[in-house]
Amino acid sequence: MATYKPVVVQQFPKLGERITQDTVYWRGYKTPVQIKEFGAINKIDFSPVAPYNYAVTASSRIHIYGRYSQEPIKTFSRFRDAAYCATYRGDGNLLVAGSEEGSIRLFDISGKAPLRQFDGHTKAVHVAGFLSDKYRIFSGGDDYSSNLWDIPSGTEIVSFSEHTDYVRCGCASKVNADVFITGSYDHTVKLFDARTRSSIMTIDHGQPVESVLLFPSGGLLVSAGGRYVKVWDILKGGQLLVSLKNHHKTVTCLCLNSSGQRLLSGSLDRHVKIYSTTSYKVVHSFNYATSILSLALSPEDETIVVGMTNGVLNVKHRKPEERKEKSQQKRQPAYRTYMKGRTYMPKQEDFFVSKPAKHVLRKYDKLLKSFQSSKALDAVLEPPIRLHTPEVTVAVMQELHRRGTLRSALAGRDEKQINLLLTFVARRVIEPRFTPVLVTVADMITDIYHPVVGQSAIVDRQFLKLQEAIGKEIDYQEELLEVLGMMDTLFASFTKKRDTYLGDKQNNGLTKMIETNANN
Amino acid sequence: MVAAAGLRVVRCGGSSLHGARAVFSADCKYLLCASGDFVKMYSLATEETLRLMGGHGDLVTGIQLNPHNHMQLYSSSLDGTIKLWDFMDGIPIKTFTVGSKLLALYALPGSEDSVFVVTPKNGEGDAFQLVSVKLTKGAGQDLEARELSVVLDDVAASPKCIAFGREGEYVASVKEVNLQVYFFKQKQLNRFAVGGMKTKSGNSHFSCIACHPTEDCIATGHADGKIRLWRNFHHKKEYTFSTLHWHHDTVMDLAFSVEGSNLLSGGVESVLVLWLNVSDRQKDFLPRLGSPIEYISVSPDGALTCTLHKDNRITIINSNLRFSKSIQGLIKSTDLKTGLVVDPRTKALVLNGEPGHLQFYCLQTDQQLFSLDIVQRQYIHQAGLNQTDLVKIAFSAQGKWLATVEEREEATDPELQLKLWFYDEETQSFKLNTRINMPHEDHITDMCFRDMDELEDDSLVLVTTGRDCVFKVWVMVEDTDPEAQQSVSWSCDFVGSYHSYQATNCCFSEDGSLLAVSFEETVTVWDSVSWDLKCTFCYPTGKLRNICFGRLTCSKYLIGATDNGFLCCWNLLSCALEWSAHLNILVLQPDPLSEYIAAISWLSKESSLFVFKPNKQWPIYIQRNLCKEKIQLAAFVPRDEPEVIGTEKYLWLRRSQLFFLTDTQELMTLSTKSLEERLTPSSKQLAVEETLPVTPFSLLLGKHRQQQSQEDTDLGKRVVGNKPEQDSPAVKELLHTPAHVLPSASFLCPIFINSLLIPKENKSVEEVADEVEMQSENTEEDSDEERDVTEMEQDDTNPMELLGEMTCKVSKSQERELRKIRKMDYSWISAF
Repeated sequence: MATYKPVVVQQFPKLGERITQDTVYWRGYKTPVQIKEFGAINKIDFSPVAPYNYAVTASSRIHIYGRYSQEPIKTFSRFRDAAYCATYRGDGNLLVAGSEEGSIRLFDISGKAPLRQFDGHTKAVHVAGFLSDKYRIFSGGDDYSSNLWDIPSGTEIVSFSEHTDYVRCGCASKVNADVFITGSYDHTVKLFDARTRSSIMTIDHGQPVESVLLFPSGGLLVSAGGRYVKVWDILKGGQLLVSLKNHHKTVTCLCLNSSGQRLLSGSLDRHVKIYSTTSYKVVHSFNYATSILSLALSPEDETIVVGMTNGVLNVKHRKPEERKEKSQQKRQPAYRTYMKGRTYMPKQEDFFVSKPAKHVLRKYDKLLKSFQSSKALDAVLEPPIRLHTPEVTVAVMQELHRRGTLRSALAGRDEKQINLLLTFVARRVIEPRFTPVLVTVADMITDIYHPVVGQSAIVDRQFLKLQEAIGKEIDYQEELLEVLGMMDTLFASFTKKRDTYLGDKQNNGLTKMIETNANN
Repeated sequence: MVAAAGLRVVRCGGSSLHGARAVFSADCKYLLCASGDFVKMYSLATEETLRLMGGHGDLVTGIQLNPHNHMQLYSSSLDGTIKLWDFMDGIPIKTFTVGSKLLALYALPGSEDSVFVVTPKNGEGDAFQLVSVKLTKGAGQDLEARELSVVLDDVAASPKCIAFGREGEYVASVKEVNLQVYFFKQKQLNRFAVGGMKTKSGNSHFSCIACHPTEDCIATGHADGKIRLWRNFHHKKEYTFSTLHWHHDTVMDLAFSVEGSNLLSGGVESVLVLWLNVSDRQKDFLPRLGSPIEYISVSPDGALTCTLHKDNRITIINSNLRFSKSIQGLIKSTDLKTGLVVDPRTKALVLNGEPGHLQFYCLQTDQQLFSLDIVQRQYIHQAGLNQTDLVKIAFSAQGKWLATVEEREEATDPELQLKLWFYDEETQSFKLNTRINMPHEDHITDMCFRDMDELEDDSLVLVTTGRDCVFKVWVMVEDTDPEAQQSVSWSCDFVGSYHSYQATNCCFSEDGSLLAVSFEETVTVWDSVSWDLKCTFCYPTGKLRNICFGRLTCSKYLIGATDNGFLCCWNLLSCALEWSAHLNILVLQPDPLSEYIAAISWLSKESSLFVFKPNKQWPIYIQRNLCKEKIQLAAFVPRDEPEVIGTEKYLWLRRSQLFFLTDTQELMTLSTKSLEERLTPSSKQLAVEETLPVTPFSLLLGKHRQQQSQEDTDLGKRVVGNKPEQDSPAVKELLHTPAHVLPSASFLCPIFINSLLIPKENKSVEEVADEVEMQSENTEEDSDEERDVTEMEQDDTNPMELLGEMTCKVSKSQERELRKIRKMDYSWISAF
């Protein structure tokens, strides 16, 4: 003997974005914290040592933020004009920043006044950073030059004037203390060695270079400029590995995650895209409110900080791992009585009496079980079900239709209920998953209630709405058929004449048969 | 054992149980049912079929326990005979030939040696009468019973329409709108009628009747779902009736409980209604019994109720209206659309079961293994509803995947669903993997898997053909989604069509490289890798009914059967017609393990079987007149081990067995073995309580007393079958053997004493027992042996030595005798 079988509510697979491990990982951030800065944020840099503070360069100030602080814990504001590119040294003790007036300043994290000031650039310095030996600083300026500075003496070691446009980005190799690269608006990325007098490699990116990045191994170089992100193999003499075009506006910043497995790029098109560094496919993307200028990821991917053109700093923290044992501990006292004997293991001679599993039926199922069709329909027309899970409503309607009682369940309703029903049908009838059932329902409603048309303005209006919705849908379908016809002709003209039939693979849910002339 | 000369058609199961109400044996351990031409006996404890009693030449229409001997059973049949059976042994005791068709049988304790039967009235086609038949006491087995006396005229044919009242004082019969009650003593006939068919809720025709066991009360069921309780029907005018109404459709059967306090009713709603106290209309329900209730019967001790359902299922229900167990053989479904498919895993036959379910039917035990719910929706038993039907099933080669198609007729388009089920090793059942809504725009006509044993899963391909003129290829896709529970799902890979003809059949070649799809009159052959059309075949002016590829050595042939009566064989290498034959083939079934193909034709009211190899035009085996009914479906079931078959003619039955299903849903097979061999597994030892325990107290005390009395004096009386463990076989034998052949008491005493001691070595005692048993058998059998025993008595008192000597003394001829006796089946002895 069978028990009552509840109504099967069909689950439809969600179309569009597929959930992968990456989406799960990158979605694991809390809602962002927004901090307003004084101007466009051109650089965010995380301290490489423990508390992982980060320096935000915006307007004429450099703010240092703690991990969870919303107020800056330290500010360097000794700039007359805009400051650029505040970067930590490898030990997290020193900070270097370029400035609009052409000087480069070196700060101690604990102090306030700059330790050194390097003057030599004639125009704004947009890029500055430490070489990996910690004692030298490289910089690039709008005077087309890339310089190398000695920290102890505070003097210029060497100046390269090979770029023919503004130098706007650069980075130092972590493997070799003498190597650094700069990218310029003259579309090139140049690789310099402090031991030589000229650049050792020039890579043509094709667009003004906005950002460059070296992989930790030092073998691969990533450059961003225009809409492109390009990956080059330095060891092969600057061969282009892959060119990514996933943004539709200029890519402004690049960043690697802590494991080096993912590459992030921020762009003026308000998106951050995350690429896998093995397949160079976009695995996830973030959406922001305004154009993105700078981007940084803390060690262990704990925090994503994004700086915008409008001076908003967007900070996202990772959600803590959920701890289940903690919640269980909390519940234990309250459930003590129920938990009693829960852990008892039956011995061999024990006679085991199993508790019958209790089947909890939904309200509409209970009503359907007792054949109360009208009430079951009422139950699924209640707002929570009707609005949030329309598939349940439709499934119950289908079940009623299957039982042959849909007509009687729909009949005998007052103005308010008809209004409700018609609103639901008019809204949902165009959804393909509901159409077959709701067309039948709409049919029956018009059938049952056509004698009362004209007696209530509300019901009349709903009927007109339904008519409108269906009319629109029909027009839409006709258009689609037209497009399908066009595509058929196109495909047919592309296909070679052969003696067999061809079927193409299913594409975007549309299946088309292409028939060529047959052999008999 | 010599191989039998010919093949015989053997019925395996699945015949209708609708002949009569089921009957409980007096001790409520067994259930007896009329099943087609047979009477079946089931054990209520194990749900097993214990006995199949055959002998009637036509449908069995009534079974009743002999009211004077509860070990015996009367059965009546349409062939005009009443048989008296000893149902514990399955032996027919007597056959009474009445002459005319018997439509129902009733036996009363009051009437000494007569039973009541319903027979057609002479001359008139559809008028029936209730007659009492005097069963003459004669010596022979076959007796004539010609002494008929008409009791009631103008009765209905159904056995449900006549009931005998309290202690057989009256008989009540209903027909259409009339109720007639005949009192035997007063010889008075009262007629009553209910008010016509003018009521708005349907007609009030009578459908069934039941009489109260202790009071003067008759319950009648009506076609409009009402139950009327009649009282005071002694008076022609002052009779009264009250009405109970719950059923919305015809009341199919009624039964009073043993004490008469409750009334049970059932109908097409498949709900058993218990009217608790008949007068104050309290009721209780047991809903969702699966299918319409046909008959209700109550066990004599009142503990169990049994309902017989329209789909040949028997449900046993406790006295507190709880479902206890169900006995289900081959479930009869209204429309067998799925065909006969063999589950590669269990070797069970798989076909439509109860609505929306697949039944897995075990051929060896004639039981349903399990029922798989495919549709997963509540089934509403109501006439005129469009129900979801299961129409197609297919298994992958190892039974790992199951594909099912269900459809529901709608006014506009049929509602179709293709479901793919994965066999879950852990739960040992199929689990839904993918559901595809509307796989085709019209009905699906055929479906098959590419079954390749040796290849990996990714070669698994499903092909469906539809009336929407296309065939579709479905493949498995890996799911990269980590959150989804399953790693694979199915999706459409290719859609093919041919001249916008309807696709009717599909099948893969043995190696899976070619797919044949028939489009009305044409067979198209496709490459299964690139899905290119390779070639087409057609036979003029005949739509193809079946196609199949040859196997093994004949894999280059493609066989097709057309609906204008041709069987064609095409050679795939030369792309030409190899041969054709004029045969109206209904079923074309290739053996999966050999190259033989069975074709069943239907010609002028008889089905014939042709077995052939595709490389030869001439069939290897022909069986004309396989059976009278149209054969709908057939299937080869692989044998567990190849059978040894002597003649070359039947070599095609070596690897697999052919089963086929007729129109009336009887499952048949072809067998070379004789009937006795086939029946051996069912001849099990049975035991029935001779004395019926009345109360639990007497059960306790009575057992004690019984033992005592038997040991004292009552040696003649046979011992109860199920004895406590302490009783050694020696004691049993001692008590079983008739007194006149027993050795002297002084000799038997030590054996008896020994047997009461707790033995040190079990083995020796068992040996003793065995030998003693053998001895006693011999003594019973003939007097020669008896002499030996008497000799033996005088020899020695030590039983152990005695045995050795005895075996020495037996001469060669006697030894032969002994061996013969040992071979004979004496198991029936211990039944007593």
